[in-house]
Amino acid sequence: MGLLDYFRSTQQKGTANVAKERLQILVAHDRAARGCPSYLPKLQQEILEVIRKYVDVDLSAVSVNYEQEESHEVLELNIILPDTGKHRI
Amino acid sequence: MSRIIVITSGKGGVGKTTTSAALAMGLAQRGKRTVVIDFDVGLRNLDLIMGCERRVVYDFINVINQEANLNQALIRDKRCDHLYVLPASQTRDKGALSKEGVGRVLEELSQTYDFIVCDSPAGIEHGATMAMYYADDAIVVTNPEVSSVRDSDRMLGILSSKSRRAETNAEPIREFLLLTRYDPHRVESGEMLSVDDVQEILALNLLGIIPESKAVLTASNAGIPVILDRDSDAGQAYGDMVARYLGEEVPHRFLHAEKKGLLSRLFRG
Repeated sequence: MGLLDYFRSTQQKGTANVAKERLQILVAHDRAARGCPSYLPKLQQEILEVIRKYVDVDLSAVSVNYEQEESHEVLELNIILPDTGKHRI
Repeated sequence: MSRIIVITSGKGGVGKTTTSAALAMGLAQRGKRTVVIDFDVGLRNLDLIMGCERRVVYDFINVINQEANLNQALIRDKRCDHLYVLPASQTRDKGALSKEGVGRVLEELSQTYDFIVCDSPAGIEHGATMAMYYADDAIVVTNPEVSSVRDSDRMLGILSSKSRRAETNAEPIREFLLLTRYDPHRVESGEMLSVDDVQEILALNLLGIIPESKAVLTASNAGIPVILDRDSDAGQAYGDMVARYLGEEVPHRFLHAEKKGLLSRLFRG
């Protein structure tokens, strides 16, 4: 490391912080996905198709969450319906 | 009672084989009867790091297929009486590592040895899952770097779900973190994840921190486990790791950069 590099490196500090933040998000996401049944994405897709027969919802309007607790498992469905005026039927 | 230790990581090139060789040598030097097994079928390297590559006659797969017995395949280390190496096959397909076969060989080894060190291949494929399946303890080798930390976390998930202990509802595998290629200078300048950063994410029992060291390459060039290089930082750090694994309280070293004078900062090559 020469003199110039020394000054340069003191200016651009902190990529380790970026790495840590990215990792925290990524690992939390990976852990949530772990242990989920493999049919979950297909389930979400098919639920969305059924709902879209009746209501004009956005692709991101359905979220499926799977949680494992000690004695039971929770499958949570969250559907955001659009304002009433936009219904197809 | 023998203990089976898997050295794993997910990501390649982080120092699994270096660690396996160091741990096995360190345990053997303390008088523990130790065998180290290379699970990287098709890409064997442990024999090179241990410096016994020219003495390989039979290998792990030969023993699994009962083409040779254990005594024919085990290579006795010339530096330490208590240490034996079971090399991987260079030619066979890794599918040859059957769960029953591996179990049978480990069972036979556990009659004689105190510690069985399993050097896992990278990845999460068959060889890696076989290396960890029968483990009692796991050392997760991690570099302070995003992809390595992520892969280590993934490995922890697999350890807790796809091992014999998990499948039989036995006491879970003891998991340890070994942080390797740690560069305190870069940590202090904010360029590299610190041990605390990594621990905040993985939250494991910290077995050791191995500093980035020229001694590791020098040792592998010569086929001498780096733990035998007592003058080197990496050799000493591995020595500490073995002591901690055996339950001794040893403070962590090599965490901080040596303070340098202004002149050496300016003229460092």
